[in-house]
Amino acid sequence: MSGLVMPAPDRKTLARREEIVADMRVIVPGEGVVAAETAMRAFESDGLTAYRQLPLVVVLPQTVRQVQRILKYCNDRNIRVVPRGSGTSLSGGALPLEDAVLLVMSRFNRILDIDYANRTVTAQPGVTNLGITEAVRHEGFYYAPDPSSQIACSIGGNVAENSGGVHCLKYGLTANNVLGVEMVLMSGEVVRLGGKHLDSEGYDLIGVVTGSEGLLGVVTEVTVRILKSPETARAVLLGFPSSEQAGQCVADIVGAGIIPGGMEMMDRPAIRAAEDFVRAGYPLDVEALLIVELDGPGAEVDHLIGRVEAIAAQNGSTTCRVSQSEEERLSFWAGRKAAFPAVGRISPDYYCMDGTIPRKELPRVLAGMRELSEKYGLGVANVFHAGDGNLHPLILYDANKPGELEKAESFGADILRLCVAVGGVLTGEHGVGVEKRDLMPDMFSEDDMNQQIRVKCAFDPAHLLNPGKMFPQLHRCAELGRMHVRGGQLPFPDIPRF
Amino acid sequence: MTRFLPTSAADVLEAVEWAAAGETPLEIFGGGSRRGVGRPLACEHVLDLSALSGVTLYEPEELVLSARAGTPLAEIEALLAASGQELAFEPMDHAPLLGGEAGPRGRSGTIGGVLAANASGPRRIKAGAARDHVLGIHAVSGRGEAFKSGGRVVKNVTGYDLAKVMAGSWGTLAAVTDVTFKVLPRAETEATLVLRGLSEADAAHAMAVAMTSSGEVAAAAHLPETVVGKVLDGGFKGWRGATLLRLEGFSPSVAYRFERLAALLAPMAAPEQLEEGESRKLWREVRDCAPFADGTEKPVWRVSMAPSQGHQMVMALRMEAAVDAFYDWQGGLIWLRMEGDAEAESLRRQIAVHGGGFATLVRAPAATRAAIDVFQPQSEALAALSARVKAQFDPLNILNPGRMYR
Repeated sequence: MSGLVMPAPDRKTLARREEIVADMRVIVPGEGVVAAETAMRAFESDGLTAYRQLPLVVVLPQTVRQVQRILKYCNDRNIRVVPRGSGTSLSGGALPLEDAVLLVMSRFNRILDIDYANRTVTAQPGVTNLGITEAVRHEGFYYAPDPSSQIACSIGGNVAENSGGVHCLKYGLTANNVLGVEMVLMSGEVVRLGGKHLDSEGYDLIGVVTGSEGLLGVVTEVTVRILKSPETARAVLLGFPSSEQAGQCVADIVGAGIIPGGMEMMDRPAIRAAEDFVRAGYPLDVEALLIVELDGPGAEVDHLIGRVEAIAAQNGSTTCRVSQSEEERLSFWAGRKAAFPAVGRISPDYYCMDGTIPRKELPRVLAGMRELSEKYGLGVANVFHAGDGNLHPLILYDANKPGELEKAESFGADILRLCVAVGGVLTGEHGVGVEKRDLMPDMFSEDDMNQQIRVKCAFDPAHLLNPGKMFPQLHRCAELGRMHVRGGQLPFPDIPRF
Repeated sequence: MTRFLPTSAADVLEAVEWAAAGETPLEIFGGGSRRGVGRPLACEHVLDLSALSGVTLYEPEELVLSARAGTPLAEIEALLAASGQELAFEPMDHAPLLGGEAGPRGRSGTIGGVLAANASGPRRIKAGAARDHVLGIHAVSGRGEAFKSGGRVVKNVTGYDLAKVMAGSWGTLAAVTDVTFKVLPRAETEATLVLRGLSEADAAHAMAVAMTSSGEVAAAAHLPETVVGKVLDGGFKGWRGATLLRLEGFSPSVAYRFERLAALLAPMAAPEQLEEGESRKLWREVRDCAPFADGTEKPVWRVSMAPSQGHQMVMALRMEAAVDAFYDWQGGLIWLRMEGDAEAESLRRQIAVHGGGFATLVRAPAATRAAIDVFQPQSEALAALSARVKAQFDPLNILNPGRMYR
């Protein structure tokens, strides 16, 4: 992807920059338009920092009406728009384009409604993920999806990316926790999908908008479901002599009807890096470490801890520690949560991947990764949402060595191809963005992708919203709409007619 | 009339290609148990997917099952039960309500139909609907093109989630040929806490208290006086109402939570307990709208609203129309049976003034379903967007044309 090709900038738009900036200042008066190069630098990349680009202009609207006017203005003049929340995307979803307005939603930062009886929170899109939990915590509630960037990432961005976290297996992704969305289409029209009630009155457009990576519309309000915090949570720390045994332990836990609140695995390089960094007390003589967290009513958690211990012993665990206090539970997690920065200490740079695989394929994929690691001459450490098969291989490289970034990216792409080959997918929670865009044909046929792009055509027929993301090539809607009638012969001539 | 009976996805593709070439409308048919839902179709030709049947992948430890769209739900549920698993969204069986014949093992419908209807049941409030459990699909669009979306893993954000768009699209976007669902362990046991004699307003309060407790209540329903005698073979007959709260899980957990919940609710009414067997039967009846499965064609509405608003909306509606009602989903799902006309306008006006939501006319004579909006009318912008989405899947309008919208 270092050879990343973005859509060619529109010269006419570039030439009219001054006029566009002036018009934006009319629509969003005050501090809401950033056009000076030095100030725009803060927005030139998101969490995928290998890629940087200054936008045409940065606009930070404060009202839905302003968002409508900006989008309509751009739609009428064929100007591209890149929406951005907090800019924590790990896949370049908010990477600016030279000729595009960067529409930053961070000033939409108010919680609009908290409704405990119906267990919902309605928030503006710039409210952080953690901000929702913090607003309801005093009443014993929380918002379940918890991406690791939750302190910074916005709920609008979570909708765009269908964000996950460590609790997905039991509590679902963003898509399973969003009840309502208000969004502005590129035409400037506002549509409201869902609300405080369950299910959609027509087509499940929330289902397709969630995870659409800012290509379909700009979210201006989100209603999410909140949950009562579990009465208690305890964690079991398990060490295994092989990843096969750890993987089998995970399968047996699930097979026994137990769905843990979280189930995380780390391999030897990740364990060592984490232990060196935070001294979590992880065993260093194991190939795989498993953290199994059980949450719920005290009686249930105690009951299940016993069963998990027994299953682990059957699978040959060499370490088995059960947290006896909240402090100890957090210490088990400390190493896992610090895994990324810990790997950052042992390598000048690391590149985080995000494939998902059927869990049973873990030994095969880990073996494949070891081979690739040798082939590319780069190390790799693995952390793994074991419950749902979401892998986060961290490829170790040094960006200052010529060619290493490219090597790391090729290594990463090969890992993702391997994930797809064993029945998995390119991205479990980080999104396609620009990062995995060119790998989409490894997973989808042209017909598969064309049908996805046709859905985009229903929302944004001129392809002005966030172009260059998700799809390697955006065919024109008119071209995609053309019918190529094949066949036309009456099939099954031998079937009975009535 | 032609009845296509494809046995493979390639056959489905061929049939739709043929229909597209002649712009010939097709009715997509699975098991037929939900055929009475939606505006009546006038298709000369039927694409019958019932022979496109069979489970193609089931890995209990991976919590995943794939099947051809026409696979009977009964077959899937039996297979899952043998491994102690289930479809956690507890899909409703429409046959009892719509007067259809029961399928094998007393269960009707196909897995494709479950997705097309975005079916769910009482556990919807905790576990979601079909849309929350579908992981991937293969389908043939009205353009006569085969496409897939999603996969077989739970955590997947690769590309748009077109599988979710199929949920609740009633076969108007594409003919789904294969589905993959997340499956989950079936609870070891369950029990239902019953509160006798609460008014609808008090029941709404009790259900809110239960749902906001840490009791992990897996279903919350209220049967008012007129309905309460129609479940459990009349076991609650003569009661002023029954408020029902289901607890599921491992037995020590269920016992523990039952006690806690009973203590919490005791000030409202003396909590009683239904054991596992009766509890399962009761929730099946609630799931399938058994109280209104009366063999008539009296209009039945399914209304989804914010739970706290449900009983207030019903109270207001009773001033205008003769209705019978009961509540699921903590009061957010309201089943309404109309004594006379469907009263679509009154109902939808009352929903709008009570915080919004939607009403679907699940049962009514064909003439009624042809005359009024079976699915909730949408705002102008949303209706136009929905029409554009439909056109992007089915530009010639040949798949179940008019079933959802005119």
